Amino acid sequence: MPSTKITNTVPVTVNAEACIADKGCSVCVDVCPLDVLLIDQAKGTAYMGYDECWYCLPCEKDCPTNAITVHIPYLLR
Amino acid sequence: MTANAGSDEVMEVDVLVIGGGTAGPMAAVKAKEANPDLRVVVLEKANVKRSGCISMGMDGLNNAVIPGHATPEQYVKEITVANDGIVNQKTVMAYAERSYDMIQQLDKWGVKFEKDETGDFNVKKVHHMGTYVLPMPEGHNIKKILYRQLRRKRVEVINRYMATRLFNGPDGRIAGAMLLNPRTAETAVIKAKTVILCTGAAGRLGLPSSGYLFGTYENPTNAGDGYSMAYHAGAELSGLECYQINPLIKDYNGPACAYVTGPMGGYTANAQGDRFIECDYWSGQMMMEFYKELEGGKGPVFLKLDHLAEETVEEIEEILHTNERPSRGRFHENRNTNYREKMVEMHISEIGFCSGHSASGIWTDENARTTVPGLYAAGDVGSVPHNYMLGAFVYGAIAGEDAAAYCADHELPEIDKAEIDKERARILAPLNREHGVPAHQVEYKLRRLVNDYLQPPKVTRKMEIGQDRFAEIRRDLELISAEDPHELMRANEVSFILDCAEMAAAASLYRTESRWGLYHYRVDYPETDNGDWFAHVQTKKGEDSKPVNFKRPIDPYIVELGDAEKDAYQKLRVNNANA
Ligand SMILES: Cc1cc2nc3c(=O)[nH]c(=O)nc-3n(C[C@H](O)[C@H](O)[C@H](O)COP(=O)(O)OP(=O)(O)OC[C@H]3O[C@@H](n4cnc5c(N)ncnc54)[C@H](O)[C@@H]3O)c2cc1C
Ligand code: SF4
Ligand code: SF4
Repeated sequence: MPSTKITNTVPVTVNAEACIADKGCSVCVDVCPLDVLLIDQAKGTAYMGYDECWYCLPCEKDCPTNAITVHIPYLLR
Repeated sequence: MTANAGSDEVMEVDVLVIGGGTAGPMAAVKAKEANPDLRVVVLEKANVKRSGCISMGMDGLNNAVIPGHATPEQYVKEITVANDGIVNQKTVMAYAERSYDMIQQLDKWGVKFEKDETGDFNVKKVHHMGTYVLPMPEGHNIKKILYRQLRRKRVEVINRYMATRLFNGPDGRIAGAMLLNPRTAETAVIKAKTVILCTGAAGRLGLPSSGYLFGTYENPTNAGDGYSMAYHAGAELSGLECYQINPLIKDYNGPACAYVTGPMGGYTANAQGDRFIECDYWSGQMMMEFYKELEGGKGPVFLKLDHLAEETVEEIEEILHTNERPSRGRFHENRNTNYREKMVEMHISEIGFCSGHSASGIWTDENARTTVPGLYAAGDVGSVPHNYMLGAFVYGAIAGEDAAAYCADHELPEIDKAEIDKERARILAPLNREHGVPAHQVEYKLRRLVNDYLQPPKVTRKMEIGQDRFAEIRRDLELISAEDPHELMRANEVSFILDCAEMAAAASLYRTESRWGLYHYRVDYPETDNGDWFAHVQTKKGEDSKPVNFKRPIDPYIVELGDAEKDAYQKLRVNNANA
């Protein structure tokens, strides 16, 4: 079937300055129950790859540098 | 673990626990305690450190049976009445009798419960009849504490693999499971003497009214995997027409939480700020009153806290905004909701299966055994009604101990290689399709249809139309394509959800009466019919691969109900608020 891409805002923001994924951290990626966080190897930071969030907050709580902010997904705000 | 698409790595274990949320870790720890020589593995789709319902912690025990506050007999009565008589009391009793020991076990492990000045547990009354709610002001540590026990008991943990199907041995008993890695699409097989399903609720059955697929009440990792796997393995399921429907904050998936606020003076109110239900304990009857008020002229429904003292509101905020659903404060902030000034608008959740809150699950006896030898179920996916978190722990323990004993006199069964090949091809197929329909689109449509046709009030013709539409979605499964392993996981979850939708429709159509308030309110059969329907409704996979239903008689009660108690939950509406 023919298809198209649509853009979604995602609820998780990562502060690139604070994130230490380039030093090997992947805590947020490890704990997310929905497996929606990824590491951008080129940039050395974590980011949200899929708009599938339970806004449960383990990623934010467990991040060693407080780099993550979880917002309520737009549809629920 | 590594494996590839052609030849799967095969691991051999004694006890395979699927799901490392709440019941799962307890099952594994107790199996190891029973016999440290056993090879016990916990398989987890996410990561046991933060998986499942209690990922961030829990506000309290909803069903603690503590000597001096309640007896097991009282508790069995309460749950029998709350569940309109349709219970296997032996299973509820097995929970109630171990409830206090489990609290003490958790206390010893370091879980902090609320105690009074004398050191006694500070239990609160929320239920209609007895006193069972025990707050856990520091409930956020619970996963850490479980994790420590898993390590101490040397349980092997496999994170980020999902089970997709169970295998049966030549004689029908359980033989193992197929695994899929949602990051690499590697597959693997675990051969096991026993399997304990602890995969939680079917949380992605209905669509939340916000339309956000993952804004569900239940942790959406729990798509209904265990219900579907048990079904295909030939196990009996029970009470699937007795849906879980919960009262929540409108658009936010946390419980408004009358359990926390109730004992502090908060309550559920209508638009005029009046109380309309006697008791905030979640039951189908309570949900029926909630639904009527929501849809009626005095609706919608609110959580009322604006009459409380400042210190009380602060205490409520501290509990509700930091523990179980800590994003709640942010949600309220976005909408400028301050408990001191405004009542909080409420709504009802999407439908799901869950015995933790309601009664829908894989049929088990008081030893957590399903009808398939070697297969156990514990927690939300089991069938012990209103079991909640402590029930998940107790039944996890029961399953772990019984499974350990079962291993002693059973050999590892063989798994037919053809079955493995078939399953591998099935689960990987979406990865090999190009230009198909993405899983999220099929999921959205399926769950929208669940809302349109299965959500109560239930209407016969609508549910039949729903079945036709589900059959179309079944054909669409062959069209789903996945661009990466993550999407492949979602594609496989769609097939779990579809199995659950078909089972929900079949069981709901089969029971031609109304029962459990809103949970099974059939508009064209509005009365409860104890003559014909005082029985469990069971679901099994039929010869034609479609669900078949049949009745299972209720075991004679071990705790008789007094006449005055029988309809206690039918009288939940506050008298002066009669609609
Ligand atoms: C928001 C919320 C608030 C609650 N509040 C309370 C409360 O205050 N008090 C109380 O007593 N109870 C409460 N409950 C209920 C209680 O939390 C549950 O009944 C209990 O935790 C269920 O445990 P479980 O082990 O069955 O499921 P879970 O803890 O959800 O565990 C299921 C696990 O299975 C994993 N899994 C799923 N599918 C697969 C698969 N295919 N392969 C591998 N792994 C898989 C999941 O990742 C998950 O870790 C609440 C529930 C929710 C959702
Ligand atoms: S946990 Fe924090 S620091 Fe680590 S990768 Fe994630 S965002 Fe970066
Ligand atoms: S809030 Fe929860 S679901 Fe969302 S990204 Fe963080 S851990 Fe994952």
